[in-house]
Amino acid sequence: MVHQHEHEQAQQQNKLKLYSYWRSSCSFRIRIALNLKGLDYEYIPVNLLKGEQFSPEFQKLNPIGYVPVLVDGDVVVSDSFAIFMYLEEKYPQIPLLPSDLAKKALNIQAANIVSSSIQPLQNLAVLKYIEEKVSPEEKVPWAKFHIEKGFGALEKLLKDHAGKYAIGDEVAMADAFLAPQILAGIQRFNVDMAKFPLLTRLNEAYSELPEFQKAIPENQPDAPSA
Amino acid sequence: MAAKDDPKLVLYSYWQSSCSWRVRLALNLKGISYEYKAVNLLKGEQFTPEFEKLNPLHFVPVLVDGDVVISDSYAILMYLEEKYPQRPLLPSNPQHKALNLQVASIVSSSIQPLHMLSTLKYLEEKVGPQEQLLFAETNVEKGFHALEKLLKDIVGKYATGDEVHMADVFMAPQIAMATKRFKIDMSKFPSLSRIYESLKALPEFLESSPEEQPDAVM
Repeated sequence: MVHQHEHEQAQQQNKLKLYSYWRSSCSFRIRIALNLKGLDYEYIPVNLLKGEQFSPEFQKLNPIGYVPVLVDGDVVVSDSFAIFMYLEEKYPQIPLLPSDLAKKALNIQAANIVSSSIQPLQNLAVLKYIEEKVSPEEKVPWAKFHIEKGFGALEKLLKDHAGKYAIGDEVAMADAFLAPQILAGIQRFNVDMAKFPLLTRLNEAYSELPEFQKAIPENQPDAPSA
Repeated sequence: MAAKDDPKLVLYSYWQSSCSWRVRLALNLKGISYEYKAVNLLKGEQFTPEFEKLNPLHFVPVLVDGDVVISDSYAILMYLEEKYPQRPLLPSNPQHKALNLQVASIVSSSIQPLHMLSTLKYLEEKVGPQEQLLFAETNVEKGFHALEKLLKDIVGKYATGDEVHMADVFMAPQIAMATKRFKIDMSKFPSLSRIYESLKALPEFLESSPEEQPDAVM
């Protein structure tokens, strides 16, 4: 019994830890990636609304106070793009980037449209600014405008490359970044998905993947109960 | 090293685009020669049918390497790192590699998009010209505070030690822009200031600067 307990403790210490907030789309990307790669992890919630990202413990891990943060033994990685690339290199068994350099570049480009052109313009801090400087009613139209602009770009980018998933027929990085943004657009910002047939089709494909569904905000330990 | 007189890479760039600057700097650091093709964003050359074929999103930079066409500075830089591994811009140590990617993301996601022209233009319509400038400056400073915190224990001559890496490639154009366009008080950011001074001394950096480009208008 004692040996089993010690073994379990050792396993727990060696387990990946993910600091995440249920609603953070950046955290959502990494939850998807971990699930797709079949990697077990301990979920450690950081309540952004309560300011838990400013606690001394969390600041030690990530002085900027962002989620997600991945802890893998001695290594601490922050930022969803950096974490993604770290996982790709350290755990290559289920690759999420194609080996073809051009297709790999397309995945990164699609991911960056989400992470640079869309998400930063509709995150909590910016929406709070819009609420204060313009009006509470302007928040959703502001976010909707930027999301739809980015979605238009993605439709154009992916139209000649999409197969069953964003780029070809295998789930890859682009999908892990797209899925959370599409859901946020639909559920929180009234995005008119009729304008985006390819993204609509991809969203349906993602809804059928258990790895994606396990990662959705509502299924996380820190999601408020219904 | 590629032959100086026979560049096979083509870079579509605009002299003032900080995203294009990142790629120009990386190409110089790696000793890769390239043909510079100017895309005048003010004249709308990004909307020509020829350019649209290369990048339907109408952004610079775009890299053409034989049959391969790549857009987005981050995607281009990761491609260059893999295809041309000389003078690596990412350290092999996983922690330091991750840190470089994180810095690059902070610049390309948390800072640059919040002060790019299209964002500010839209914001100006909603809040007015003074307020949009304040928004830009506030977000640049917020990002710089974050970078300062992140790098203060690891900074050497450059961002993550004594070699120029990806973090420097992303930060150099951002700091240049902050000082010239937004008059940010860099004395608040001693590590970033130190990094910037080191980078300014590099010929590769100077040659990549906007003023040195064929399409610069002085």
